[in-house]
Amino acid sequence: MRILIFPVLAVLAACTTPEGAVTRDAVFDPFEQRNREVFNANTELDRLIIGGGASAYGGSVPAPVRRMVGNLADNLDGPGAVVNNVLQGNGEDAIHNGFRFVLNTTLGVGGLFDVASSFGLEERDADFGQTLAVWGAPEGAYLVLPVLGPSTERDAIGKVVDRFLDPLGFAFGERERYYALGVKVAAKVGKRDDFGDTVDDLLYDSADSYAQARILYLQNRRFDVAGGTADDEYFDPYED
Amino acid sequence: MLHFMSRRHFIGGLIALPLAATAIPAFALNTETARRLVDALVGDINAVIASGKTGTPMFREFERIFLKFADVPTIARTTLGPVARTASGAQMQAFTKAFAGYVGRKYGSRFQEFIGGQIEVQSARPVKSFYEVKSKALLRGQSPVDLVFLISDRSGKDKFFDMLIEGVSLLKSERTEIGAMLDRRRGNIDQMTADLARAG
Repeated sequence: MRILIFPVLAVLAACTTPEGAVTRDAVFDPFEQRNREVFNANTELDRLIIGGGASAYGGSVPAPVRRMVGNLADNLDGPGAVVNNVLQGNGEDAIHNGFRFVLNTTLGVGGLFDVASSFGLEERDADFGQTLAVWGAPEGAYLVLPVLGPSTERDAIGKVVDRFLDPLGFAFGERERYYALGVKVAAKVGKRDDFGDTVDDLLYDSADSYAQARILYLQNRRFDVAGGTADDEYFDPYED
Repeated sequence: MLHFMSRRHFIGGLIALPLAATAIPAFALNTETARRLVDALVGDINAVIASGKTGTPMFREFERIFLKFADVPTIARTTLGPVARTASGAQMQAFTKAFAGYVGRKYGSRFQEFIGGQIEVQSARPVKSFYEVKSKALLRGQSPVDLVFLISDRSGKDKFFDMLIEGVSLLKSERTEIGAMLDRRRGNIDQMTADLARAG
């Protein structure tokens, strides 16, 4: 446990905390100028490669196969989720996700089919960014990461730690690690294609796509981190 | 303590009491009526999804549902922000009308992704001065999507004033969007309203 406590203290110290510098959307974005530059570069990348690539992928790969690739990628995240559930002290979700992984790896043919969901064991994501939140680390400033997109200081640190926490990373050889990465990238491209219209609306039709992406990401992420509840965040327009 | 009451009061009370008891579930907003409102709302949405309508006819249906079940004037005023205080009555009316059409088109195309699926109401509970009704959009071959409706009677009728899809609030997101549209037009509400009538 001691090896875990040190980085947590480092994270708590590292995450920037707002000091009355919160903007209109209750968003803490002190690096806005830089973030906007990265966001524009990411959007350009989407336009050039992923946007075209996603439709090429979506056009040539039938929907059931795309779904299998998505399932496979989700299943590869399973063991990492169990580790984070344990770190969060959430035994129920650890067992839930452990069962999901076993069922989908065996009956689901290595994770191609999400049989666990049809048994009522729905997907319950967990990652180290969420674990840090459970441990009390502040969200920190909003960040836009190159290629990966919207994040926060806490979630960016979480992403790095997740790579080291993933049990499959230890179980896999170098070749399997490349395959796993390939599956995850293909799943992302497939997702970009499945939600193509929504993402296009956001990136290309919004009056300020940066501000829109920021408010969407932060709301959705806070909802996920809180495990599907957001009552403190509800806005009451009648309150005056 | 009965002798402190006159006979008329007592009889009046006997008549009034059952009336009051039946009046509460009929008029006051509570967990049950909030849930029933969302049941009706979700029933209408499911009917549109199942009707197989697409494009403009479907967006019109969603606009109609939005006007029927939502406190549209409050939502529109909130998304407009401080500008709403200086806008004229005619400007507010024009903006509110354009906003309803915009929501019908924008969220109509989101709900289009639920085709082949079904929305189910899960639970209702009071939060602060309003009610939260949770539901799930159950989709084939995909994880369910969380939908939350917030219901209030502050407009004089039981209406929803916010809808959250996977934690993303219509009210908050559209306040950002409308604010950005206004900024781009240097705060010109008439021009923004005209553009909003075509956006989404």
